[in-house]
Amino acid sequence: MVGIGRRGLLGTTTALLAAPSILHAQPAGGVKIGVVAVQTGPQAALGNQLKEGFALGLRHLDGKLGGLTAETVLIDDELKPDVGVTKVRAALERDKVDFIVGVVFSNILAAIIRPVTESGTFLISTNAGPSTFAGRGCNPNFFTTSYNNDQVHSVIGQACEDAGYKRVFVMVPNYQAGRDAVAGFKSRFKGEVVDEVFVPLTQLDFSAELAKIAAARPDAIFTFMPGGLGVNLVRQYRQAGLQTIPFLSTFTVDEATLPAQGDAALGFYSAASWAPNMDNPQNVKFVADYIAAHNAVPATYAAQAYDAAMLLDSAIRKVGGNLAGKDALRAAIKAADFRSVRGPFSFGVNHYPVQDFWLLKVGRRADGKLETQTDRKIFTNAVDPWAAECRMR
Amino acid sequence: MTAQLLLVQVLNGLQLGILLFLVAAGLTLVFGVMDFINLAHGVQYMLGAYLGAWLAAAAGSFWWGLLLALPAALAAGLVLEVLVFRHLYARDHLSQVLATFGVILFLNEGVKLLWGASPLQVPIPPLLAGGIEIMPGLQYPIYRIAVLAAGIATAGGLWFLVDRTRAGMLVRAGATNAAMVSALGVDIGRLFTMVFAFGAMLAGFAGVLAGPIFSVEPGMGDNVLILAFVVIVIGGIGSIRGAFLAALLVGLIDTLGKSLMPDVMRLFLDASPARQTGAALASMLVYIAMAAILAFRPAGLFPVRAG
Repeated sequence: MVGIGRRGLLGTTTALLAAPSILHAQPAGGVKIGVVAVQTGPQAALGNQLKEGFALGLRHLDGKLGGLTAETVLIDDELKPDVGVTKVRAALERDKVDFIVGVVFSNILAAIIRPVTESGTFLISTNAGPSTFAGRGCNPNFFTTSYNNDQVHSVIGQACEDAGYKRVFVMVPNYQAGRDAVAGFKSRFKGEVVDEVFVPLTQLDFSAELAKIAAARPDAIFTFMPGGLGVNLVRQYRQAGLQTIPFLSTFTVDEATLPAQGDAALGFYSAASWAPNMDNPQNVKFVADYIAAHNAVPATYAAQAYDAAMLLDSAIRKVGGNLAGKDALRAAIKAADFRSVRGPFSFGVNHYPVQDFWLLKVGRRADGKLETQTDRKIFTNAVDPWAAECRMR
Repeated sequence: MTAQLLLVQVLNGLQLGILLFLVAAGLTLVFGVMDFINLAHGVQYMLGAYLGAWLAAAAGSFWWGLLLALPAALAAGLVLEVLVFRHLYARDHLSQVLATFGVILFLNEGVKLLWGASPLQVPIPPLLAGGIEIMPGLQYPIYRIAVLAAGIATAGGLWFLVDRTRAGMLVRAGATNAAMVSALGVDIGRLFTMVFAFGAMLAGFAGVLAGPIFSVEPGMGDNVLILAFVVIVIGGIGSIRGAFLAALLVGLIDTLGKSLMPDVMRLFLDASPARQTGAALASMLVYIAMAAILAFRPAGLFPVRAG
């Protein structure tokens, strides 16, 4: 991810071009939402899913949140914390946004959380869910509609335990999130970790690691390889004929990477609290309309942003459109009185969701596209492991 | 680690080396002959991969994609040369670095606008699908064997072209003393354009071959570019032979380092820190090797330029 940081000007220009909604005049009595979504560099695909998911939510609500006309301001953080802070500050002070929604990456969230919440504005993360803000660092003005990252990794740990795997091979990138993934996995998996392999984030070729896996002959592998890393790994894993060893992963096979991984990913496992095939009315509508608009299956990034729109709608409706009464508004958001695309959904004391987690398996939809599909439920109404440390009540 | 696994890893290292050579070959020619630092070589590799993926999808066959992507990459190289690079040959290295860096930004965003930010899929051609079992449970994809063969053939072809033909002689002469070659009546400007376009085509060729193995995405050339520079610096700038041996060396050091370092560190440390420091050290090994080689041979293994 060497090149992420250098595309400032160009990226901003394209982002502005892509968001004509900014230009629309704001009628009195509206609500203004700052949507933080990376639009620059290879990770822009994820930011786009987030942006479009939220936009679809607004469309389903006829452009209104709780009766107020909604206007969005797109903020491209460029995956650079300093840029994110500057632009978010501008949105708060110049554009006077009422809410900040979005954020794909945890490092961006960590940079903007203080400026946003200290200004008295509510921050709704639709993806980044680091444990930093779940325990002692929990924040009354911060909510997330995603999950605590640790939980997702622990789902795979539990799934391996349930499947009776005794020896599991672990492979992650050598950076903080990679080490967190291993810790989350091990919090549930009690068998033998045959080997832990750490690869650089710039890894191209997995031949050396694949040979190690073949030599170790584990019962399964657990891996966390986001973005292009996952595309490389999944294809090379299949090409090396290793698919007889179950492939369990987090953030490696999802609807953002499946178009590039293709059939190589069929039958591989992932974990999440939502999947496109979940059978509830709001999800069926969400997925169908997303595919109709973009000819691509939505990923969790889009689903969780869609939920954020529904959440805001319910909260603003509850307070009768009065955005000034912060305490009432906070209580209204906390109530989470909306129908999530993932089914049961509520907020815990730390404002992280209490929800079910599923083991997902890559399968083919009726229309021929690939998607992750629910395989079995691993956790029911799971509270994240840090909630007890949060002193917010 | 068993002898069998070691053997497999040596094979993997050689194969990574061949892929690196395909990228580095064009870079070393351009740098060596024209004394021109072309940071945009990596995006030319990316452009090749995108053109290959796009044309293969349009034509419905990987082979047509490969066949059409080569002239397309050549043409793209020519356009870039005429529009940008030609005006930089006489400038100092800093201007060249800045301008070619600008080309990186421009093309990385350009492919994103044209093809989107999500990685593209390039299927392995059916003719080369499948694999050979080289150790229990591990297939060695036939496609990779084909890439190995293509790389070795390219190396042989380049050696013949540079060492045995008149054009190659001019290129070598240009690398040694461009002013003298020009004084002898050779149109050095045209020679440069040819070398440049050819280098762009080689990078594009590497990109097309990499498509079915690696993720085709914006910025995919950036990581490769850094390693390619390491290769040409170790090999000696301008030397095809040097680039070939250095690429194999870098591929071997990188692959064997990754598979052996964690085990080596186990001799000194506990399991968990050994794995992490081993992995960190392994990713540094290539650069440590470069520093060590340059300490003893400042001009690389096979220096071209006299004096």
